[in-house]
Amino acid sequence: MRTEFDVIVVGGGPAGSTAARFAKTATNTVALFERGREIGTPVRCAEATSIPDLERFVEIDPHWIATTITKACLISPSDQKVLLNLPNNGVILNRRLFDNGLAEIAANQGVEIFTKSNVYKVEPDGKQNWKVFVRHLDRDYVLKSKIIIAADGVESRIARFAGIRTQTVLKDIESCAQALLGNLDIADDQIDFYFSSRWAPGGYAWVFPKGNRTANVGLGVNGAYYNGRSAIECLDDFINEKFPKAARLTTIAGGVPVAKSLKKIASDGLLIVGDAARQVNPVTGGGILAAITAGKMAGLVAAQAIAQTDWSVNVLKEYQKEWDKNVGKDYARFYKIKEWMTELTDNELDEIANLLQKVPPDEINIMTVFKVALRNKPALLLEAIKLFAQMI
Amino acid sequence: MIEIDQDCCDLCGTCISVCPKDCIALTESRLIIDDSQCNACQICVRVCPFKALKLVE
Repeated sequence: MRTEFDVIVVGGGPAGSTAARFAKTATNTVALFERGREIGTPVRCAEATSIPDLERFVEIDPHWIATTITKACLISPSDQKVLLNLPNNGVILNRRLFDNGLAEIAANQGVEIFTKSNVYKVEPDGKQNWKVFVRHLDRDYVLKSKIIIAADGVESRIARFAGIRTQTVLKDIESCAQALLGNLDIADDQIDFYFSSRWAPGGYAWVFPKGNRTANVGLGVNGAYYNGRSAIECLDDFINEKFPKAARLTTIAGGVPVAKSLKKIASDGLLIVGDAARQVNPVTGGGILAAITAGKMAGLVAAQAIAQTDWSVNVLKEYQKEWDKNVGKDYARFYKIKEWMTELTDNELDEIANLLQKVPPDEINIMTVFKVALRNKPALLLEAIKLFAQMI
Repeated sequence: MIEIDQDCCDLCGTCISVCPKDCIALTESRLIIDDSQCNACQICVRVCPFKALKLVE
């Protein structure tokens, strides 16, 4: 292994692979380290996103897509259903293939990718470079790097070594569990969201079809609403009630930050992207698009910094500006919606569903829902529904 | 102190994101808690999706 790189990316998810791809130029050296034995596993994701958004960044390989979604159903605590027609752009991904595909694009650009590589510490070397401590295949390496891009997920610690406080408070984390269920009798083009304190206190449960009678069935419990029952226990209850005959194929766990994006995502020689920077839509918990958006921004700024031999915060802060201007501003607004939504009681959720029931079913589409919501409820509701409809 | 059930832990790192003392870390195959730093606040216990963490005397 080479011992010096211009840019080291920590983490091989969508944020890391995209950052690495855009950081790599013909004249610099970029490495990506992934702790897992394979890029893309384990999948800790409900895998919903939208194609037109992704297409702005990458040519879509059809293998990445499990199902195409045309309808979303929002289900209230008393089981009232609000069905929305979606523009034909929602998809459930095969994240393993998707993540692999993004890493492959980076590798084809000349990014050196190392799996089974745990970056367990980084420290400044006093000469404007980083010492990066990596355990790779049971051997320890100390590498040198000008820029580090921290794409190390919700469990991120890299930024903390640079003195940036990334700890998330309880109300800003959703503790999630998800099972892949088989033998289901469901429509392959419809996603369901269940809102109820019974299933998912301070969060929601989801059913996202993956084709061939399978679906990602999961839920998130807000850390502040924990009542002694863990996400997996809530999920077991949900599955037993809603899908008692399903075959349970896999079960995974994960945390989704529903926080404000970190205030500081760039410092001397350091850029933070994706879940590590808490760049997640706090209403839906969707993070794929944010990860790729930030990854591209950070990668381009890193490449520019290396080219002009100045990777101080003076140059890298351009990434922070881009993010704040293009996405961060919106996400700050979404955060307020999330705070409002988390506090809705089951009765209030039912009232909202009731209101939407009055719209004739054949007239229900996103626009009519908006109009009803706009007439009767705070504008925040309108935006919340829109966010779910876009699934970003 | 906080005890980890390593068989139960899914290595998801949710606990790391909320630990106010920054005393939890992941290796490739294990979760580690630095007991000398941990003040047993149990925030990690609350967010663990799989109930892999618990307080022991």
